[in-house]
Amino acid sequence: MHRPRLPLPRGPLSEELLDALPVGTDFRATLAAAPSATGDDAALALWVLHELHYRGFAGVDDALEWEPTLVRVRTLLERDLETRLRARCTPPEGRPFVADVLGWIDDQEGVSLARHVHHDADRDQVLDLLRARSLYHLKESDPVSWLVPRLGVPAKAALMELQYDEYGDGDPNRLHHHLFALGMAACGLEPAYDAHVDVAPAEALEQNNALTLFGLHRRLRGAALGHLAAFEATSSLPSRRMVHGLERLGFPDELVAYYAEHVEADAIHEQLAVRTICGALLAEEPELEGDLWFGAFTCLDLEDRFARAMLQRWGVEERAA
Amino acid sequence: MSYDHPDVILCPGGPMLLRGRHTVEDADGVPHETTRPVTAVCRCSRSASYPWCDDTHKVLPPKLRPA
Ligand code: FES
Repeated sequence: MHRPRLPLPRGPLSEELLDALPVGTDFRATLAAAPSATGDDAALALWVLHELHYRGFAGVDDALEWEPTLVRVRTLLERDLETRLRARCTPPEGRPFVADVLGWIDDQEGVSLARHVHHDADRDQVLDLLRARSLYHLKESDPVSWLVPRLGVPAKAALMELQYDEYGDGDPNRLHHHLFALGMAACGLEPAYDAHVDVAPAEALEQNNALTLFGLHRRLRGAALGHLAAFEATSSLPSRRMVHGLERLGFPDELVAYYAEHVEADAIHEQLAVRTICGALLAEEPELEGDLWFGAFTCLDLEDRFARAMLQRWGVEERAA
Repeated sequence: MSYDHPDVILCPGGPMLLRGRHTVEDADGVPHETTRPVTAVCRCSRSASYPWCDDTHKVLPPKLRPA
């Protein structure tokens, strides 16, 4: 299996961490730098620490995944991230999640990158977007798989019904993150998720960090499933826009196929996520309803921030979805 | 303990979820095979991927959405 390379540092903490990981013996300076880390630097450090739980890095000992000092650093960064996400979260009061979340999502007016790609984006902007999205799309669904052993029987069966489709229904050629890799390769982009980390904005790192945070912490299983519901519910129509935009710009069929697959798949998955998965979770653990809203809100919030960051770096004015 | 596990789920304002392998015949009599464990069958008749749902129902005025 491909072993990702370490990215370039973005500040004092990530510098300490990326120097220390290949040596693998002493992380005291990394720990000392953690409490004051912010912005790009903190986001990159947490992304790197999370990656130790997915595929690790070339030249880094696999045993460091559970190195106690690094786990402490990870915990500090995760606490800070969760605090910021919760502070921004203003979900609707007193609305039942299963009945209302899809309608609530439709009413939100976040910035839509898919709309920009549909009508206005140029080729370089789309390539830039694909690079930044590759961090997530090349491990699509993996953060959600951490949840499986933490759910009760009906929610677990329901989640597996959805994940099975995400992972290609048993056919590796239909596995979603593999479809994205094929699409990238057809555009001449390296289909490896270490290849584009250095050009991804902090907002993209943070989207991934939040997903992994929700996936790795059992207490946040409600947030993880709320995030899943919102993610699926904001995929089908935007994927159709991506298809039109990519066709307008003459992008290869393999990439178009990835988005076309999501038009149909996510029209199913959003219903499964809300009704069968979150519904089953709430039937057994009604106290998690607040965290379902937290996860859903966070999904839209982080996508909106990512979209604004991308438009800003392209010098494009914002337009609502 | 046993749990409800229906073959068909009607989603308010949206598609019909259909579990398992089936052949769905569209309005012109053309058969379409399902290929996934669960399929969303369009109930608003306006999907560009008819007979499968493509979320077009979400952009319809409420009175044109399926019950
Ligand atoms: S029911 Fe979804 S597009 Fe018709």
